[in-house]
Amino acid sequence: MTFNRRDFLKVAGLSAAVGLGGNAAFELIFPGQVDAAEEMKQSPTELTAKRWGMVIDVKKLTPGLRKTITDACHINHNVPTIEPPKNLKWIWEAPFEHVFTEVEQEYLEEAVKESPMLAMCNHCDNPPCVRVCPTKATFRRADGIVMMDMHRCIGCRFCMAACPYGSRSFNFYDPRKYLPDPVPNTAYPTRTKGVVEKCTFCTERLVTGQLPYCVEAAQGAMLFGDMSDAGSAPRKALRSRFSIRRNPGLGTQPQVYYLV
Amino acid sequence: MKIYDKPVIVIGVLIFLAIFAFPLWTALGTTPPQPKVELPKDMKECVAPTEYMKSSHMQLLNEWRDSVVRDGNRVWVSHTGKQYNMSLTNECLRCHNEKSKFCDQCHNYVGVVPFCWDCHTYPKEAK
Amino acid sequence: MLEKALEGQPRYWGWLIFLLALIGAAAFGYSFQYREGLSITGMSRDVSWGFYIANFTFLVGVAASAVMLVLPYYLHHYKTFGRITILGEFLAIASVVMCILFIVADLGKPARVNNVLLHPTPNSILFWDMIVLNGYLFLNLIIGWTTLAAERKELPPPKWVKPLIYLSIPWAVSIHTVTAFLYAGLPGRGFWLTAILAPRFLASAFAAGPAVLILLSFLVRGLTKFDAGKEARETLAKIVCYAIIMHLFFFFLEVFTVGYSMIPSHLAHLKYLYFGYHGAGGLVPFVWTALVAGFAAIVLLIVPRFRQKEGLLITGCILVFVCTWIDKGMAMISGGFVPNPLHEVTEYAPTNLELLITFGVYGVGALVLTILYKVAVSIKQQEELR
Repeated sequence: MTFNRRDFLKVAGLSAAVGLGGNAAFELIFPGQVDAAEEMKQSPTELTAKRWGMVIDVKKLTPGLRKTITDACHINHNVPTIEPPKNLKWIWEAPFEHVFTEVEQEYLEEAVKESPMLAMCNHCDNPPCVRVCPTKATFRRADGIVMMDMHRCIGCRFCMAACPYGSRSFNFYDPRKYLPDPVPNTAYPTRTKGVVEKCTFCTERLVTGQLPYCVEAAQGAMLFGDMSDAGSAPRKALRSRFSIRRNPGLGTQPQVYYLV
Repeated sequence: MKIYDKPVIVIGVLIFLAIFAFPLWTALGTTPPQPKVELPKDMKECVAPTEYMKSSHMQLLNEWRDSVVRDGNRVWVSHTGKQYNMSLTNECLRCHNEKSKFCDQCHNYVGVVPFCWDCHTYPKEAK
Repeated sequence: MLEKALEGQPRYWGWLIFLLALIGAAAFGYSFQYREGLSITGMSRDVSWGFYIANFTFLVGVAASAVMLVLPYYLHHYKTFGRITILGEFLAIASVVMCILFIVADLGKPARVNNVLLHPTPNSILFWDMIVLNGYLFLNLIIGWTTLAAERKELPPPKWVKPLIYLSIPWAVSIHTVTAFLYAGLPGRGFWLTAILAPRFLASAFAAGPAVLILLSFLVRGLTKFDAGKEARETLAKIVCYAIIMHLFFFFLEVFTVGYSMIPSHLAHLKYLYFGYHGAGGLVPFVWTALVAGFAAIVLLIVPRFRQKEGLLITGCILVFVCTWIDKGMAMISGGFVPNPLHEVTEYAPTNLELLITFGVYGVGALVLTILYKVAVSIKQQEELR
């Protein structure tokens, strides 16, 4: 039960009224605030969409660029650098056959097959992680972003077992121990030991009208936009080239597309 | 009603009470240091009336948290109509920029250790 | 009734003190985990559940297996189980207590466990697992305690427990089914993604639980002269035998479907467990041991001549325990995570601290079980003296 601000005003007003009498008392304590127009609203600068999605142009990714992209994400989100196997990653490089296990294309174009892919959270339309979470700590927003509420996570790691893309990381350690002091991005929180984390499509950036860090760093190799809008950058790219998604046969409807 | 082993029980209860009241009788006669909260000098008002902030800032922060993380609403319109960014680190601490002279004063006084700081950062202070 | 647990020979007190010392040591070990997080375990990004969840899964089975006594005794009035049913019910209580402790030990943020109640989420199987496990704990506490209390007063159990007893029968099946559903509904984990998982869990549970109970009944007879009855053990041994046959049969069904279809994402896990995969094969000796133990147990338990010899019955039950515990307590969970959905191989082995905490949880279970058995046996013996 949360005792919110309005409840407080009511109770305070009521107890004051008992002691001093009526509205006069309320005015005395909170002058002019009885009908204060408090509200929580969306930021006017926020980028909005019906359905956020991403397109990764595999052919434009160079080794240097992949590193720039993953660094941009991990540094700005204060993702600690820990040696595997207890490591954390939001976006990472992995060989084609690991990212696309079900594609099994033995004779695929070598430029594609031999260059590592970028893997990240797919922000599925039908996310298994959200289905299994016992506290709604991970949930799907109306705009399609699969979000983490790190305040609510109990660390049961059911979502890690459920995610078919290995996109989730658990804080086995206190992340601060593996981050410099002060942390790389002081405007963004770290996490605490015992919670699960993952890519959030940079919701904190969208609020201020900016694109995700990876997209900004990718120099056109990653496109971000509204998948419900046929004129958006990712939709245009998907019309012009052949694309694949990670393990679509599972019915999760990933919203990260790879141009190959 | 007859109480068996009365002296043993009475002594036992007294010993228990003595241990239980340990913090009280050790602090007898001393005055704990009062919290000295340093308010921002150039600001006149906060995101909500002072009385409310004193008693219920934690509830407000919880509401902010849920609004920002779960509803995606990040702008707070205060009782005076001013707009704020709902963020502990980027808004609250912009004015209350010395945690040790503001937050910690009362928290230490009442002996609470809020776990906000496990994740949320605060500006580094000279020691 | 609980006062019966406050009197006993030095041997009894010595055992309790030993258990308390073990629990204390494990609590000390847990204090490290509480401070340092799950980093002290052998779990990893790829194998994100380990020994705690594996033992939890095994013990849910032991708890559920009480139904193998409750059903014949209360539903079919099978009087032979008159003396052993209470032991089964109390074993279920101790097992569920351990299950709950294992879940809490596995949480990254145990202090937030209330969030499951504050934000109830019916689409999460874990939510239902919490409900069925707690429900089962209370059902068995109420049923076991009231029937025993009635017996002490030489009265028939009160009428109102009857519906609870009947409810506990499907409820027992539900706890292990829901536990299987934790795993069997995850799209990217081929090893668990099989409809036979719940029946397989139940079959191995109905073997493991009664096998443990037979062993315990020998132990109780040796220590207190309270004999649950040769005939009761004989019937239980048959149950164990057919259950372990079912377990191995279900396993064979799984091997056929996976092996004949040859779908890589399903096959890779069996390859890892039984032959090693990409150079990793830490569990290979264990799973073969389990398989051999299972078949050996069948031989010992199915032939009446063997089964009726106490030494061989005990051996058979130990073999069943070894088979089912390795299967669920070690292979079932790690096996599902290796390889991971990206077909990468990270192996898992528990750390010493993890083992200590696990033993501590078993210690709590043993403590609960000892006290409950002490009460039950005292009352049963008192009744026989009259």
